[in-house]
Amino acid sequence: MADVRNYTLNFGPQHPAAHGVLRLVLELDGEVVVRADPHIGLLHRGTEKLAETRTWLQTLPYLDRLDYTSMLPSEHAYCLAVERLLGVEVPIRGQYIRVMYDEIARIKNHLLNIGTHALDIGAMTMVLYTFREREDLFDVLEATCGIRMHQAYYRPGGVYRDLPDQMPKYQENRFKNAQTVKELNEARNGSLLDFLEDFTNRFPVLLEEYHTLLTDNRIWKQRTVGIGVVSPERALQLGFSGAMLRGSGIEWDLRKKQPYEVYDRLDFDIPVGVNGDTYDRYLVRMEEMAQSNRIIKQCIAWLRKNPGPVISDDHKVAPPRREKMKGSMEELIHHFKLFSEGMHVPPGEVYAAIEHPKGEMAVWAVSDGANKPYRIKLHTAGIPHLAATDEMCRGHMLADATAVIGTIDLVLGDVDR
Amino acid sequence: MSAKLERLSRQLKESFGDRIGEPAINHGEVSVAVPAASYLAVMRQLHDDPAFDFALLMDLSGIDYSEFAGYQGARYAAVSQLLSLTHNWRLQVKAFPTDDEFPVLESVVDVWNVANWYERETFDLFGIHFEGHPDLRRLLTDYGFVGHPFRKDFPVSGYVEMRYDPEQRRVVYQPVTIEPREVTPRIVREENYGKGGRG
Repeated sequence: MADVRNYTLNFGPQHPAAHGVLRLVLELDGEVVVRADPHIGLLHRGTEKLAETRTWLQTLPYLDRLDYTSMLPSEHAYCLAVERLLGVEVPIRGQYIRVMYDEIARIKNHLLNIGTHALDIGAMTMVLYTFREREDLFDVLEATCGIRMHQAYYRPGGVYRDLPDQMPKYQENRFKNAQTVKELNEARNGSLLDFLEDFTNRFPVLLEEYHTLLTDNRIWKQRTVGIGVVSPERALQLGFSGAMLRGSGIEWDLRKKQPYEVYDRLDFDIPVGVNGDTYDRYLVRMEEMAQSNRIIKQCIAWLRKNPGPVISDDHKVAPPRREKMKGSMEELIHHFKLFSEGMHVPPGEVYAAIEHPKGEMAVWAVSDGANKPYRIKLHTAGIPHLAATDEMCRGHMLADATAVIGTIDLVLGDVDR
Repeated sequence: MSAKLERLSRQLKESFGDRIGEPAINHGEVSVAVPAASYLAVMRQLHDDPAFDFALLMDLSGIDYSEFAGYQGARYAAVSQLLSLTHNWRLQVKAFPTDDEFPVLESVVDVWNVANWYERETFDLFGIHFEGHPDLRRLLTDYGFVGHPFRKDFPVSGYVEMRYDPEQRRVVYQPVTIEPREVTPRIVREENYGKGGRG
């Protein structure tokens, strides 16, 4: 009989199922994975080092580029860190707006995750459905700050501006006739909040659609049940957070346990898995979307009733309004100083953590009193999750490696920083 | 919340005594400095002792203090962020390797398995070595990278750049052709700057 030896397979860095540039060196025994060694750093941009050479405000847009599928929560962690160091209060309306956009990001992130995860495993249709809803949410973000993806909308002290009063509308062209345009614009006749409310009313029905497609799907279950099982004890040892930790049956959510902003005023539940496998984590994410939808509804109701400022009026931190800046010397100086020299953050260090859609995202900011950070450490949830691939893949088939990569909700921008 | 933090810092003092520095509470967070000699033992107890129960190591990273305004002491520190789910509290542990030329600490991989990648990253970026680590390879930088890029004396633009050489028909490394450009200088202002008087 011929000699049978283990062989090594190079997975990625350019592989559609690698969710970016992940190089996975797999040692295989036949078709069974014996060892998985992820090589990361192909997307390393040195964000933390760059931050040391930029002012506190200039660093903010880099945070969008970390996890490029849910941008605003990353900014949120950074803003919280700077605000805590400065001791600045965010106006309550600003806090509600932040929470609302965080939850929009959560839905957006999970939609992408579930869509592409299903795509990796072979269910092509799912991604078409989820991207349809993501597009609506991208429209919301675009209406808010003009950019679909890298918003730079949260600023230390609040959010850059208030919600817009109208949604952009479709226009007639040679591909869309008057009738189509009218139908498409039906939800867009009111303000942004009206559009979003319409979305939250539609979304539970859409979520049911996804459940019909996947939850009881025999093939989906065959590919996910019992794959990548992580026991609660191992989940702690492996430093999991977010949906990965909850999928293993540990009830832990920073929004509930260490509430920031206005999460303590909102009503929502934390879904928890039982078996700690890929399927449970999928169910947790599905339920999280339903809960996020609930939170968004509550935020909309509050925001409709309570107008007010959205950013701090401390002009050493947040810029004055443009009309005021044009008319008053004092405000002009503030504006100029803020955007040239930047704000000075008092010496100290702070570890600000939030519940990012992927898990705990934290910014450890160290200041020595200068206008630039002395050190910024970005803790992203992707690192411990990816580090656990080895353990989760062992003993599974090669094809299950993609299922594991899908379930850890991998985004390489987030891992490599 | 602050009563709880007081309790944690009191417990730390009672349990560890001289083996750790004075626990400090700033911005609602407890932090403590640990000398390199007692680092591993302290970390193990923080994990195992139900009075602390830090089951999760959320983050471990390094910092280079060489340019910190008015700082005296060891140049590097490895900083861990611990989290306890049962007590719902956090703790920051700072360990200072004694030798600035060759910073070494003991590895905590056995206590928290997740430390594996964190320590690899800290070694890669700061050159802090972790004794007893099973596989201390570089994590983020390129294969064959020289130097530790997050040290303060490492320029932002680095030393080498990579390009495709059509004559040799392969990728080659060459000295960098760009220079770091600083638009806004780094300034530490005196206290109460801009607070008194006008403007």
